[in-house]
Amino acid sequence: MTALLLEARDLTKSYSGRPAVAGVSLSLAPGEIFGLLGPNGAGKTTTVSMLCGLLPPDSGTVLVGGRAISGDADPAKRQIGLVPQEIALYDELSALANLRFFGALYGLGGAALESAIGAALELVGLADRSKDLVKTMSGGMKRRLNLAGALLHDPAVLLLDEPTVGVDPQSRNAIFDNLEELRRRGKALLYTTHYMEEAERLCDRIAIVDSGRVIAKGTLRELLKLLPASNRLRVEVEGASELPVAELKALPGVAEEAEPSFEDGRLTVALSDLSLGTASVLGWLTARGATPGHLASERGNLESVFLHMTGRRLRDA
Amino acid sequence: MKNGNLPALLALIRKDLQIFIHDRRAMLLTFLVPIAIASFFGYLFGGNGGKKGETGKIEIRAIDQDGTALSRAVIAGLGGDPLLAVRPATLEEGREAVRTGKAAVAVVLPKGFGDAAARSLFDPTAKKPVVGLLHDPSHVGELAMVRGMLTQHAMEAVSAEAFNGPTGEKMLDAQLRDLETPTPGMSGEEQESLRKLLTGALDMNRRSREPAADGSPNTAKRGLGMPFDISAQEVTAREGVQYNGYAHSFAGMGVQFILFAAIDLGVAILLERQKGIWKRLRGAPVSRGMLLLGKALAAAILGLLTFTVMFTFAFVVFGVRISGSFPGFVAVAISFALMAAAFGLMIASIGKTPQAARGISSLAVLLLVMLGGAWVPSFIFPKWLQTATLITPTRWAVDGFDAMTWRGVGFEGALAPVGVLLLSAVVFGAIAWNRFRWEE
Repeated sequence: MTALLLEARDLTKSYSGRPAVAGVSLSLAPGEIFGLLGPNGAGKTTTVSMLCGLLPPDSGTVLVGGRAISGDADPAKRQIGLVPQEIALYDELSALANLRFFGALYGLGGAALESAIGAALELVGLADRSKDLVKTMSGGMKRRLNLAGALLHDPAVLLLDEPTVGVDPQSRNAIFDNLEELRRRGKALLYTTHYMEEAERLCDRIAIVDSGRVIAKGTLRELLKLLPASNRLRVEVEGASELPVAELKALPGVAEEAEPSFEDGRLTVALSDLSLGTASVLGWLTARGATPGHLASERGNLESVFLHMTGRRLRDA
Repeated sequence: MKNGNLPALLALIRKDLQIFIHDRRAMLLTFLVPIAIASFFGYLFGGNGGKKGETGKIEIRAIDQDGTALSRAVIAGLGGDPLLAVRPATLEEGREAVRTGKAAVAVVLPKGFGDAAARSLFDPTAKKPVVGLLHDPSHVGELAMVRGMLTQHAMEAVSAEAFNGPTGEKMLDAQLRDLETPTPGMSGEEQESLRKLLTGALDMNRRSREPAADGSPNTAKRGLGMPFDISAQEVTAREGVQYNGYAHSFAGMGVQFILFAAIDLGVAILLERQKGIWKRLRGAPVSRGMLLLGKALAAAILGLLTFTVMFTFAFVVFGVRISGSFPGFVAVAISFALMAAAFGLMIASIGKTPQAARGISSLAVLLLVMLGGAWVPSFIFPKWLQTATLITPTRWAVDGFDAMTWRGVGFEGALAPVGVLLLSAVVFGAIAWNRFRWEE
């Protein structure tokens, strides 16, 4: 069994009686990216703050390398690298000066610090910009430097709080490449985001959080299995103005839990089996004298899972 | 302090100093602005004492409508006074000069002044001339001074004329003739006494124009004069050390601008929190005390740097000297810098947002420096205010610097200011520690 690098058990935190985090548990193993997916205000940042010791939980425990952090100056904090949601850098200083400062806070100095800075800048692709003032850098470069600042002391665990907010797609991909490289090196990464595409692309396991609670947790495949239908079929129908769509739920490959709909000539049916269900629906339409004009299928995703679990869309929540 | 914390502390201090020097223009202004304002205030409050120029004199206009030897003598007497700058003028010119603030007072010697003044010297019943004083109502102090000086110079001139000049002789003759008939308001005995006095004066007058025993012209001037000479001496550090207004103004402006820098410290912490940097700092294995200490020490070092630059300038350009205890001066400076740094931390702990914190703390600093005597010396405050302002640490700082510079007090004079400033630093620091929001 792989030793857990970070473990949180039943964390809770309230502000003025309003629960911000209510019973969150999670764990990180080496070489794993764990996603914390949820809308703004779901409690992701509060959870991260408790994990790295910035905020004491009302109840619950956080174990780093098997033991709790005791005090602000506990050396165990060296096992954690924090990438805040904000670009936590000094604009007035160069990239190099920023990294020297953050490295020194972790007790690094001399050749070890210079070597760590070189490696971090190399990883994020900013080795040739080390002397540039931060204020002259693009948003994407600042984000990458923000990541580099958390790597200097070679932490086993990286906590990344929405590290791609406001960056262009190219920089986002570059950051993803960096994170995947860190995973290959055996780091454990906790990645919070409200972009389901990011969680789907990056994360080995995902916890979906809403209103401070984990409402679902598992691999992407496990989460999609929570959906009543893994696929959705859309058919534009010609030659029919009304259809008895309730009959569709009895067909092979059609999901029984979701109600089919027919509006404005468009039929939408949830399928439990894509190929079998598609054949069944097309045969059913032909038998009723209707002709399929256009056909499209849509795979279930984390958005669907969130919608299924909460009744709200992730982006609207 | 654990050894592991020392590099972190040094890194915290170094980082803030790097940020301070990265913008050379802003850094230059940090030093130049207080120097410029302190220079201005220092000039207003007496400069360096050793170079009293025209600016220290009272500007007056002399309007001589009489045009006699006596009126000219009075004006010449005023012109020779080191405290007055006298310019001749017509009545209209004098009035305009006072109205426009170019002169504090215009002295009008009316026609007939010479005769009437000389006659009135010995005859209380004679009609006295009326000398006009046109004055600027905002310069009441100067009016009183000019009135006194005019009295002195008029008495000297009139009595000199009575005892020496031909006009005086004529006037004495005329008065003696008047005494041959009864004078209203005077008894016979009084008239006789006055007659003897005038006869004696006339005799002195005539003798004054006779050659001396050796045949040389008699140049001795007789008349009334000031019965004493005045020796005004500045009581400062020691004999030979003059008051230097720049010493006070540089201390005052140093205090003010270092407190403004303390506001910047508090606001910078709030901005760091807003930018998420404080999260990163708190995420590192560094204690809370070390984080605040690093901030405070960096601010204190910058405060001391500001004092050093300012007083070096004042030393070189304005001749400001630490006439008291140099260690005392350094102790007051360090204590004040620590107090200002703790004040900055308190701002960070109380302020909700950087903008709100800057607004309210700027007001607090302005009040502190005003009441502390940083703008104008506290000795011109009303007595109750002088006592009340002792609760402000700025008052102790300014008084401490004054004591160590131009007052020339020894190290013992620094003990009370240092004690109050360090106590204030502890109080501000304790408030900061208790009110600081640590949860991120």
